[in-house]
Amino acid sequence: MATALDPHAAVVSGASGASPRLTTADGQPLARALARSSARARRRAFLLVAPLLLFVVVTFVIPIGQMLHRSIYNDGFSANMPQVSAWFAENPTGTQPDEAAYAALAADLTAAAEARTIGVVGTRMNYDVPGTRSLFTSTGRKARAGFEPPFREALIEADEDWADPTLWRAMRSASTAYTANFYLAAVDRTRDDENNIVRVPERQQVYVMLFQRTFWLSLLITGLTFLLGFPIAHLLATLPMRKSNLLMILVLLPFWTSLLVRTTAWMVLLQQQGVVNDILVWLGVVGQDGRLKLIYNQVGTIIAMTHILLPFMILPLYSVMRTINPSYVRAARSLGASSWTAFRRVYFPQTLPGLGAGALLVFILAVGYYITPALVGGSSGQLISNMIAMHMTETLNWSMAAALAAILLASVLVLYWIYDRLVGIDNLKLG
Amino acid sequence: MALPTYASPLERIWHWTYLAICVAIFFFLIAPIVVVIPLSFNAEPYFTFTEKMRSFDPEGYSLRWYDTLLTFGMTNPDAPRDTSWWGDVWNNARWVGAAKNSIIIGVFSTILATVLGTLAALGLSRPEMPFRRLIMAILISPMIVPIIITATGMFFFYSSACVDTTSTFGRLLAPVLSNSGCLANTYLGVILAHATLGIPFVIITVTATLIGFDQSLNRAAASLGANPRTTFFKVTMPLILPGVISGALFAFVTSFDEVVAVLFIAGPDQQTIPRQMWNGIREQISPAILAVATLLVIFSIALLATVEVLRRRGERLRGLTPA
Repeated sequence: MATALDPHAAVVSGASGASPRLTTADGQPLARALARSSARARRRAFLLVAPLLLFVVVTFVIPIGQMLHRSIYNDGFSANMPQVSAWFAENPTGTQPDEAAYAALAADLTAAAEARTIGVVGTRMNYDVPGTRSLFTSTGRKARAGFEPPFREALIEADEDWADPTLWRAMRSASTAYTANFYLAAVDRTRDDENNIVRVPERQQVYVMLFQRTFWLSLLITGLTFLLGFPIAHLLATLPMRKSNLLMILVLLPFWTSLLVRTTAWMVLLQQQGVVNDILVWLGVVGQDGRLKLIYNQVGTIIAMTHILLPFMILPLYSVMRTINPSYVRAARSLGASSWTAFRRVYFPQTLPGLGAGALLVFILAVGYYITPALVGGSSGQLISNMIAMHMTETLNWSMAAALAAILLASVLVLYWIYDRLVGIDNLKLG
Repeated sequence: MALPTYASPLERIWHWTYLAICVAIFFFLIAPIVVVIPLSFNAEPYFTFTEKMRSFDPEGYSLRWYDTLLTFGMTNPDAPRDTSWWGDVWNNARWVGAAKNSIIIGVFSTILATVLGTLAALGLSRPEMPFRRLIMAILISPMIVPIIITATGMFFFYSSACVDTTSTFGRLLAPVLSNSGCLANTYLGVILAHATLGIPFVIITVTATLIGFDQSLNRAAASLGANPRTTFFKVTMPLILPGVISGALFAFVTSFDEVVAVLFIAGPDQQTIPRQMWNGIREQISPAILAVATLLVIFSIALLATVEVLRRRGERLRGLTPA
C-alpha cells in the first residue's frame, strides 16, 4: 500500500518482480526518494519560520543574553585602573599591599582623574563597599596635583581609608571584570573579611524579602482570581450560547482595555476621596474620618492586579468547562450523590486542566508585573520588577538590575517550562 | 443553568446566591471601566461624583478636560479657533503628538509582526516542521518574559547596537537611526521592540485558525492546476484572514498600550499615548487622564466588536459552527 502520495514517485517493483527493493519511476530507491522529499518539506517549513526566528533572536534573545552578561560582567574598575589590577593579578590573594601596589594605585588614580573616569571607578567600588565613591572622587581631586613617593604614606595621608583591608579586598575582587558579587548581593549576601559568604546586616536585607513578597502576592492574586473566576467561568459555560456570548463581552472588555486605563480607574476609585470611600461613608460602614486607605499600599496592588489578571483565569477555565459533559453530574446525582458531592467529586476534577492553565498563566504574569504596582503600590506594594526598574533608572546600578532580572527570568522560565509540559503552548487561547 | 424541578429548597437558595455572586463579580469586572466615563465629564478637578453631578445638574458636567487634551502643549491656546489654531493643535498639542506617535509606531510594528508571524504560523502548523516545540516556545516567550526584563535587555542592546555614521552603510541608515548612529531613541527601535512584543499574539491566533484548516483544500487547488502562490492567495489566505486580522489587532493593541519599553528605549520624540499617560499619572493626575481613558475605552470597545465579528465569521467559514 505504499501508493503514490507523491505524484512524482510512482512506485514500480523491481523488474523481475521478485526483488523486494521498491524504486521510483526513474529508478531511485524509494526510501531515498522519500527521505529527500521529506527533507525538502522540512526545509520548506523551516524557511517559512526562519525570518521570524531570526527577528526574535536579534531583537529579543540577544538583548536578554546581553543583559545576562551584564549581570556577571562589570569593568568599571578593571578597565580604568589597569596598573593596580595588574598588581592584583601578579600577587596571590592575601598579599599585603606593598609600596609597589600603592605606586600602581596612585598612578591609576592620577590617570583616572585626568581621564575623568574616577567617578565610574568610585561608583563601581561603591556597590561592594558602600561609601567609597566619595573616597575615590576626593582623592581624585588631590591626585591631579600628583603624588610623591613614598606612595603608601602619601595616599594614607590623603585619606586614611586607603589602608583599610576591606577596601583592598573589594578592589581585588573588582580587578577582574567577571564577578558573581551582584548575584550574592541579589540574595542579600556579601563576603566578610575572611572571604566567607555571609548575610548582609539586617537593615540592608531587601532583595530576599522582595522576592518573597512577589511570590506570596502572586500566589494570593492567583488564588483570588480563581475564587472570582471559577463561578463566572461556570456560569458562562452552562448558559446557552447566545446568553453566554453576551456575558462574555463583560469579560473580554476589560481584557481589551488598556492596562493603564484600568490602573487609572482603580486609582480614581480607591483614593481616600474616591468613589469607593464615598460609597462606604454614605452606607455608614466607615466614618468621614475613618476613610480607608485602599491605595498606595499592598491592598491597592492586590485589588488592581486581581482585576487585571482575572480574564486570564476565566478564559482557560471557560474553554475547559465548555467541553464537560453535563450528563456526568446528572448521573452522579441519580446515583444518590448530593449536589455538593457531585460537584466536588465529578465536576471539579474535570475542570483541573483549565484551572492549572489559568493559575499558571496568572502566576507567571503576576510575578513579573511592573506598571500596576509602580502606580498603585506605594512602598509596601512594590514587587521585584519595580526594584529592577529602580536600579535601571535611579541608582544606575545596571549590573545589580541585571542580576535581579536574571533570577526573576530563571523563575519565570521554569514556570513557562512547566506550563508547556502540562498545558502546551499551542493551547494558549486569547478570547 | 435552569434549576431542575427536583431541586431542594436549599439548592434553590444556593442557586440564587450563586447568581447574585456572579452579578457581583461581573460588576467588579466592568464597574471600574465604566465609572471612568462619567467622571471624565466632571466640571471640577475631582475624581469623585460632585454634588451637582449626583443631582444631574448640567453645570456639574463639562467638556473642559477634553478641551485640555487639545490645548495642552499648544503655543497659543487662547487664540481664536480658526484654521491656524487647529494647525497649532496638530503640530504642538502634546496629546495629539502622542496619538500620532502611537499610531505610526503601532501601524508599522503591526505590519512587521503580522507578516513575519503569519508566515511563521504557516510553517509551524505543517506537520513536518522540525524542532516545532522549541521554536514555538522561543517565539511565544516575549509574551511570557516579564516586560521589565525585555525592556532592560533592549535598553542595553539598543544603546550598543550602533553603526559608524561616517561609513557608507551608516549614511544609508542615518535617517532611521539617532544622531550617534544607534537604535536607542529612534522610531525604528520602538517599532522593532513593539513588533517583538506583538508577535506571540499573531502566532497564537493564526495557528489557532490553522488548526481547523482543511489541508485537502490546498491539494484540491493544486490538483486543479493552481500554483502554490495562487493556492495561497486564493484558497488559504481568505480562510485564515479572520485569524490574521485578529492577530494584527492584538499586535496593534499591544503596541498601543505598551509603556515600559517606550520608557526605556524611546527618546523625547517618541512619546506615545501610554507614555504621556504615565507621565500624567506619576506627576499630577488630573481628570484629563480620565478623558484619555474614556477615549481609549471607546477605542477598545470598537476593537473588541471587530474581533468578535471576525471570530464568528472565521468559525463560520471553517464550518465550525452553523451560520
